[in-house]
Amino acid sequence: MTGSQPMRTPMRRVRGLGAARSGTSHFWHQRVTSVAGIPLTIGLMLIITALLGRSHAAVVQILGSPIVAIIMLLFIINTAYHMWIGMQEIILDYVHEEKWKLLTLMANTFFVFAVSLASVYAILKLSFGV
Amino acid sequence: MVEFTLPKNSKITEGKTWPRTQHATHVSEFRIYRWNPDDGQNPSVDTYYVDRDDCGPMVLDALIWIKNNVDPTLTFRRSCREGVCGSCAMNIDGTNTLACTKAIDEARAPVRIYPLPHQPVVKDLVPDLNNFYAQYASIEPWLQTTTPAPEKEWKQSYADRAKLDGMYECILCACCSTSCPSYWWNSDRYLGPAALLQANRWVQDSRDEATGARLDNLEDPFRLYRCHTIMNCSKACPKGLNPAKEIAELKKALVDRQL
Repeated sequence: MTGSQPMRTPMRRVRGLGAARSGTSHFWHQRVTSVAGIPLTIGLMLIITALLGRSHAAVVQILGSPIVAIIMLLFIINTAYHMWIGMQEIILDYVHEEKWKLLTLMANTFFVFAVSLASVYAILKLSFGV
Repeated sequence: MVEFTLPKNSKITEGKTWPRTQHATHVSEFRIYRWNPDDGQNPSVDTYYVDRDDCGPMVLDALIWIKNNVDPTLTFRRSCREGVCGSCAMNIDGTNTLACTKAIDEARAPVRIYPLPHQPVVKDLVPDLNNFYAQYASIEPWLQTTTPAPEKEWKQSYADRAKLDGMYECILCACCSTSCPSYWWNSDRYLGPAALLQANRWVQDSRDEATGARLDNLEDPFRLYRCHTIMNCSKACPKGLNPAKEIAELKKALVDRQL
C-alpha cells in the first residue's frame, strides 16, 4: 500500500482505474504456445542432432530444406511470442515504478522482434540462398 | 522495484528476554515480534518462557498465558479460539496459520511468532487489513439478481449447492493472501487468493445472475492474472481449502466465455 494518498479510502484504492478487461488472451496464448512448444522443441532437437559433426555445406543444405526450415521458423515464432508474454508477466510482477515499467516493457518488445526477425532472416537466407 | 531488504525502520532488533516463572519444570521458549507505534523504536523480537503445565496446548493459549502472566502489553487479535473467526491469523514457525488451531508441539522450538507477512503493522502481532477487507468488498460478496425475489427462497439443486463446498468455509483470516509472493509485490492491484476464492464462490453460485459482470471486474492483468499458481495459498490455508484451484476456475470461466 502506498501512503501517498492517505485521504483516499481503501475502496477507492482497490477499485483504482477499474478492470482492464484484458489479460485472458495472454493467458490463453501462453498455454497455446506452451503446447505448441512441445513438438516444436522435439523437432528442433532432432534437427540439431542431425547437424552435429556435419560440414558447413551440409548444415546449410539441411537448414535450407523446406520441412526443416518450416519447423525452424515455427519454433522461432512460437518461442519468441511465448518469451514476449512471459517476460511481460515478469516485468509486471516486479517493476513497479512507471518509468522503468514502460521502458522495460518496450525493451522487451524490441528485443523479441529483433531476435526473432534476425533468426527468421537467417533461416530464409539459407532456404533461398540469396 | 521489488524490495529485497526491509526498510531501515523495519529492521528487526534483538528485544527483551522476559524472566522465567519460578518452579516451572515443563517450559517452552517463544520468540515473538514486537513493535510499538508510539515509542519510535525499530521492531524487536522478545523472548518469553511459558510454563506448559499451567497453559493450554495451542499457540493462542501460550499467547494468552504470556499476556496474563508475563507481559500485559503483548498485543494480538483473538476471539473464538476454535478456528471459526480468523482473528488470530499470524506467522507461526514460518507459516501463516491460526494460533488457536496450531498446537505448540507442532511448531519447532523455540516457537517463532510474527505478524502476517507484508502487511502494515498496527502493533505487535496485529496487521492492518484495511486493504484486504476493501478487496473483499470490491468483489461484491452478496447474491445479485435482476429477477424479482421469489415468495419463499431462491431454489438450488443439491448438485449446485455442492459446488460451493470448499469456498463457503473461508473465514477470511488472510493467511493465504499474505503468504502469496504475488500479493506481497502487488497487493495494491492484485486481489489475492482470499478475495478471488470469494469471487469464485459467487461466480459459481447457481442462483446469482451477475456472473458476467463479476467476471468483467476480474478480467485484468493485475486483479486476477498476477496469480502464477505458486500455491502458497493452498499450503497455508488453516481450513484446508484450495484457493489456487478456485482461481484456476475463474481463469477457466474467462477462457470459456471467449472460446
